[in-house]
Amino acid sequence: MVNFLQLIIIYAGIYALMAIGQNCITGYTGMLSLCHAGFFCIGSYATAILCKDFGFSFWASLPIAAIASGILGFLIGVPTLRLKGDYLCIATLGLGEIIRTVATNLNPVGYQSVPRAMLFGYQFSARNKVQFILLIWAFVLIFYILFQQLAHSRLGRAMAAIREDEVAAQSNGINVTKYKIGAFVLGAAIGGVAGCFMTAYTQTVNPSSFTFMVSVMVLCMVVLGGMGNGKAVILGALIVQFISYFPQLVGLSSVIPAQATQIIYGLCLVVLMIWRPQGLLGRDKYRYGDPRSTKERLVGFFKRNPEKKGGRA
Amino acid sequence: MTTLIQYLQYFLNGITLGAIYALIALGYTMVYGILKFINFAHGDILMVGAYTGLLTYTALLGDSTNGAWMLIAFFLAMLVSMAFCAILGMFIEKVAYKPLRNANRLAPLLSAIGVSFILSNGAAWIFGTQSRRFPYPFDDTPIVIAGLSITPHQILTIVVSIIMMIVLTSFVNKTRMGKAMRATSLDQPTSELMGIDVNHVISMTFAIGSALAAVGGILASFDFRVSASMGTMTGLKAFVAAVIGGIGNIQGAMLGGIILGILESVGAPLLGIPSSLRDAIAFAVLIIILLVKPDGILGKNEREKV
Repeated sequence: MVNFLQLIIIYAGIYALMAIGQNCITGYTGMLSLCHAGFFCIGSYATAILCKDFGFSFWASLPIAAIASGILGFLIGVPTLRLKGDYLCIATLGLGEIIRTVATNLNPVGYQSVPRAMLFGYQFSARNKVQFILLIWAFVLIFYILFQQLAHSRLGRAMAAIREDEVAAQSNGINVTKYKIGAFVLGAAIGGVAGCFMTAYTQTVNPSSFTFMVSVMVLCMVVLGGMGNGKAVILGALIVQFISYFPQLVGLSSVIPAQATQIIYGLCLVVLMIWRPQGLLGRDKYRYGDPRSTKERLVGFFKRNPEKKGGRA
Repeated sequence: MTTLIQYLQYFLNGITLGAIYALIALGYTMVYGILKFINFAHGDILMVGAYTGLLTYTALLGDSTNGAWMLIAFFLAMLVSMAFCAILGMFIEKVAYKPLRNANRLAPLLSAIGVSFILSNGAAWIFGTQSRRFPYPFDDTPIVIAGLSITPHQILTIVVSIIMMIVLTSFVNKTRMGKAMRATSLDQPTSELMGIDVNHVISMTFAIGSALAAVGGILASFDFRVSASMGTMTGLKAFVAAVIGGIGNIQGAMLGGIILGILESVGAPLLGIPSSLRDAIAFAVLIIILLVKPDGILGKNEREKV
């Protein structure tokens, strides 16, 4: 049980990284992309190939995995970001599937027994989960802070402007293409980092684990938590992982079939969307000058009809 | 000359496959035309349709081996499955999409993904994960004409698809309800002001789309077998077909389906790549079309106004 809890926290950390990347693309800039599984795949393969075939250390492969995914994001982004809304969603979905199909055809078994990650002579193995949790969540924290800074910077405001109204942003002198591609590349790179950690933890890479469902799950985390809200997407990652592994966690996996969990997951999605279409925590209102303190906002969230709704306009 | 005949054979197989894609694509395109959202659960409705058809057919047939009764039972099963899926589609719309009609665009999309999870995993739970064969309601020995072989189930697929498409086209173009649908997809608020019951129109759209998906599902199960996960890939490709033809356009969905089927069937041998890369071909075609003509082959170019 504790073992399983730790496993969930590790996976939630890896997915939280992906959700941070997806949030940069979908939450900040408003582009509906569905190929995070593809970036995840490239990151995983980059680490596996570099560590196994070229004797790189995990830490050396980490930036390379990020750069490789970033380059892929750039290559995908340049032609497809001209497309709007749903069309972009479908084109990226197609590209994600192409990456997986090609990976399966090149090497259907993937890579096994990739070397473990080392830090100051300490070896991170799948058995010592606590250390791995610390490692992954340290990275989640770093990227959370970095992206929080990004969102509140000039760059982040430009992205938000593009999300709200592309034409208006353009007429205010924002280079829409540049920022869109930038956001896409950043999001892709973080997806690559997540893939890198996945390989380091499981030590295997299998092309069948990068399906369309992974992209959908990452998007769910972002929308469930609240788009454009850094804390919310991490919460979303935790919730989605907890729901997915709930029967194993309470030791009922023999009683509750795997399909039942998925049905519950689907039900949760539908109910949550109907109850709170803006996500659990909603958008990060702080940016637009919400004067309330954290406590007031918490109270406001649970009251559902706060008197000081939205604060000063 | 053998290669030419081989390619003609691929072409023929492609048309059959394309007819199935076209039927399913019609549901996507009709819903998108009116609600502007991708109904991700549509692929799973086709799976439900295939299962309903299979169960009804085996129940009706019993131990009978009478040829005529087999055919009648098959068409009865198809009707039952269409009716069931139409009701299911309307129900899903009422419960999962209607409350979200004014929410942001992503909310109904995720709700649809949730419904898709419920349907596909529900089926896997009830019917198990192993796939089943849909028994042919007739003797399925291929008929060979001038070196080309065509199986009776391929003929059935093409004939049923053509009938469905003719019925749908005349429904949309000739009836009052069809007119209301066209009006709603053009401009929802205005058609509401003109006295069209938009909720009713949307319900009908889902019902018709789901019924067509049921037919597509039954026809697809001859080639792909019936399983809980059959809807995902078939649904995605049908959606690709709808986009290729120009989403929101009924003729476009038919054309897109046929084109995708042919390209998928002919593409792999023509390019000399393994047929396991067929899926990649479908998506590559999609991306090329989107880049060259983002509104699809028959789509109207809508200019964005400030």
